[in-house]
Amino acid sequence: MLSSIKKYFSDIYNGVKSLFTGMKVTGHYVTHPSEIITQQYPENRDTLKMFERFRGEVVLIHDENNEHKCTGCSACELACPNGTIEIISDKAIDEETGKPKKIIDTFVYHLQMCTFCNLCILACPTDAIKMAQTYEHSVFDRSELTKVLNKPGSKIMQGIK
Amino acid sequence: MGFSIYDFSDFINNIHAFLSETFSPVAGNIIGMVIVAACFLGFIALLGLSLVYIERKVCALFQQRLGPMRVGKWGTAQTVADIIKLIFKEPLMTKDSDKFLFNLAPFIVMIAPVMAISLIPFSKGLQAVDFDIGIFYIVAVSSIGVTGILLAGWSSNNKYSLIGAMRSGAQIVSYELSVILSLLTIVVLSGSLQLSVIVESQREGWWIFRGHIPAIIAFIIFIVASTAESNRGPFDMAEAESELTAGFHTEYSGIKFAYFFLAEYVNMFIIAAVGATIFFGGWMPLHIGNIEFFNNAMDLIPPVIWFFMKVSAIIFLLMWFKWTFPRLRIDQMLTLEWKYLLPLNIMNILLMSIVVLTDFHF
Amino acid sequence: MEEVAQNIETQEYFINMGPQHPSTHGVLRLMLTLDGEIIKKVEPHLGFIHRSIEKMCEKDSYQQVVHLTDRMDYLGCHINNEAVCLTVEKGLELEVPERVKVIRTIISELTRLSSHQLWWGVMGMDLGAITTFLYGFRDREMITDIFEETCGARLTMNYNVPGGLMFDIHPNFQNRTKQFLEHFKKKLPEYDELLTGNVIFTERTKGIGYLSKEDAISYGVTGPSGRASGFSCDVRKKNPYSAYDRVDFKEILFMEGDCFARYQARIAEMWESMKIIEQLIDNIPEGEYKAKTKAVIKLPPGEYYQRVETPRGELGVYIISDNKKNPYRVKFRSPGFSNLSALDKMARGFKIADLVAIMSTLDLVIPDIDR
Repeated sequence: MLSSIKKYFSDIYNGVKSLFTGMKVTGHYVTHPSEIITQQYPENRDTLKMFERFRGEVVLIHDENNEHKCTGCSACELACPNGTIEIISDKAIDEETGKPKKIIDTFVYHLQMCTFCNLCILACPTDAIKMAQTYEHSVFDRSELTKVLNKPGSKIMQGIK
Repeated sequence: MGFSIYDFSDFINNIHAFLSETFSPVAGNIIGMVIVAACFLGFIALLGLSLVYIERKVCALFQQRLGPMRVGKWGTAQTVADIIKLIFKEPLMTKDSDKFLFNLAPFIVMIAPVMAISLIPFSKGLQAVDFDIGIFYIVAVSSIGVTGILLAGWSSNNKYSLIGAMRSGAQIVSYELSVILSLLTIVVLSGSLQLSVIVESQREGWWIFRGHIPAIIAFIIFIVASTAESNRGPFDMAEAESELTAGFHTEYSGIKFAYFFLAEYVNMFIIAAVGATIFFGGWMPLHIGNIEFFNNAMDLIPPVIWFFMKVSAIIFLLMWFKWTFPRLRIDQMLTLEWKYLLPLNIMNILLMSIVVLTDFHF
Repeated sequence: MEEVAQNIETQEYFINMGPQHPSTHGVLRLMLTLDGEIIKKVEPHLGFIHRSIEKMCEKDSYQQVVHLTDRMDYLGCHINNEAVCLTVEKGLELEVPERVKVIRTIISELTRLSSHQLWWGVMGMDLGAITTFLYGFRDREMITDIFEETCGARLTMNYNVPGGLMFDIHPNFQNRTKQFLEHFKKKLPEYDELLTGNVIFTERTKGIGYLSKEDAISYGVTGPSGRASGFSCDVRKKNPYSAYDRVDFKEILFMEGDCFARYQARIAEMWESMKIIEQLIDNIPEGEYKAKTKAVIKLPPGEYYQRVETPRGELGVYIISDNKKNPYRVKFRSPGFSNLSALDKMARGFKIADLVAIMSTLDLVIPDIDR
């Protein structure tokens, strides 16, 4: 009888004590506003920088002469699990040797189908494509997500085979 | 007009006399009532807006967030924007719901706090009605709200709502007892049910200090029980977001939902106000015995400010509970009431009676 | 009184919990038969997020299969990737460099930590303490930052390729991981203060959803949920893969088999994971990050099976190859599916609120169940 009464009150005491332990933790954060972790996203656009390996979208690297390294070998197209990349190639004559060779006409990239798995980048033999660190991809019309990666008038760099 | 921030009784009496002279005494009374009612409606609307904002900010602080920041400076206009959104939303209704009761329920839920708020003494002389059974009236009126919740759950024709409503019924009916008994503990000390008399009786010190141990126990029980009565976390079984989606107001949208939301916050204010009045002296400044200079210094702060400071402190405590603790289960909640709070409460009243009889209080 | 109760005609109460419900963690539909608030029967209905990943694997090359497994148990995606890679490596009889093994183990344990952190937050939220959700995510954010810097993505990392890793670890990786461990060692006791010791929490979880050891074995409940019932099933101990054979850690076993034991098992696993990372983080051997593989991988004809320990339990990958560049058949033994099958057994006789607690201690990830 006495022990059960003792247990009754010790239960109350321990229960209330455990509640205060929890309140101490949350109370700590109220009194320490410097530990707030919120990042105010659209406002911090200028300072927000992604890590260099972050996979935002696939881009075709162009240098200042508007030249890229893509030979149109379509290794990336084969490596892609989702049919995200479509390379439409054209036939041209090599100026030096006079032999026919393959060049890209349009490098189509469907961003809406991409799962950002990085396999195309690994597959590329000439390192012509890379992942850009962009992260704002929302558009009003789905067709805007289908992109042509080679810039107008661009051509392949010298010496890339 | 004799306006003074420290004592409103002259100001109110002057207005009353002015109205009675200008119109007939009966018409003057009626106009006075209308003015008071309009003031309260405005106050409740303002209260809802500000409390929702405060709750969101306080909750954010507990969770290491910033809370609303976009609308207005520091997000201050966020709740206004929310209300505008709620007003323009379509009031949806389930197909086989009981239309009359469904529309009635939000108003019944709202009636209870509006009736109770008229009894709160905001400052000296600033009290709409001063019944001599004030506490009894507040407790009686605040339990009307449960009818609204039951109606809402029943008429929604939604099984989740019904479970929520039934839980709420069981909860409020049982926790009412603890609220009343914990308030009675202080009534034993003060010897009156009239709120103005209770406030006046704390001129030499608040009851929570003068009544020492039994008063503190009574306050803890009051806070726990009234949190449960207002359906707030950790006792939000009627809503139980993770179990019943939204409990009794699952099917409500637009402005009808806003009524439930508003009622919750006004209820919270009333709990805090009653708690502050009974345990912390209401608008009475902090007085310690007969130490003249200290009491005079405290009197310099207007009573209205004292009242709202105490109320905000209790509201903060309620929010602290909600944002720290997990929710109880319905049977555990009833166990807590019938096995712990109620016996403790009865023992506490006995203890308080002994304290009063032996004059063992300050 | 009892006579009256017998004469009243009562009905069983039927409720649809889900597919849109806050605590089914996705699109799981539970058909509940209730007596008042007491659960008589739970019937889980699946298929709302079925994407036929196993079928899709059949058209993909072995490199491409890996990225699909990110979408199964998205909270333990690295471990899923690793499972596929280990199976393929088994088929190729390829020995991966030591460096790869150690890095895979570290990242697996980080994944486990991040998954358990999210589970802890969600568990608190299911029981009504919303603040824990934010605290869990706060600490998880540091791990996702580590992942983003090294693997390039926060959730669907796809860091493994058959034969090794996609690229070497980032130079900051070790520093960041050590910083995280230091931070989390201070924060994990807070988890205990907020929930473990809390009287409301212990009342809600102790003795709820009991699962005996025999039932755990017969339903195939693995992972922390199984080990909380005393079923010793840690693949990392029983069948070590990667670098688990050279680290010192305990297999967490509890005998109670209730929600609180499952909760404690996961909290204790977080400490063990930190211990494993600490042992390995300074001892990453130098070497290649990828073994040499052919551009087109063809497995010799046959059947290959590999099991790994994900945060939720045992994941098995079964591949049948017919010497083509894509598998003939792929089957995943997902832990969530078997764990869910025990839900009815555990929930009967308890209340709706308990069902929520039971589900959150099972740590269900619906895409893992449906695939």
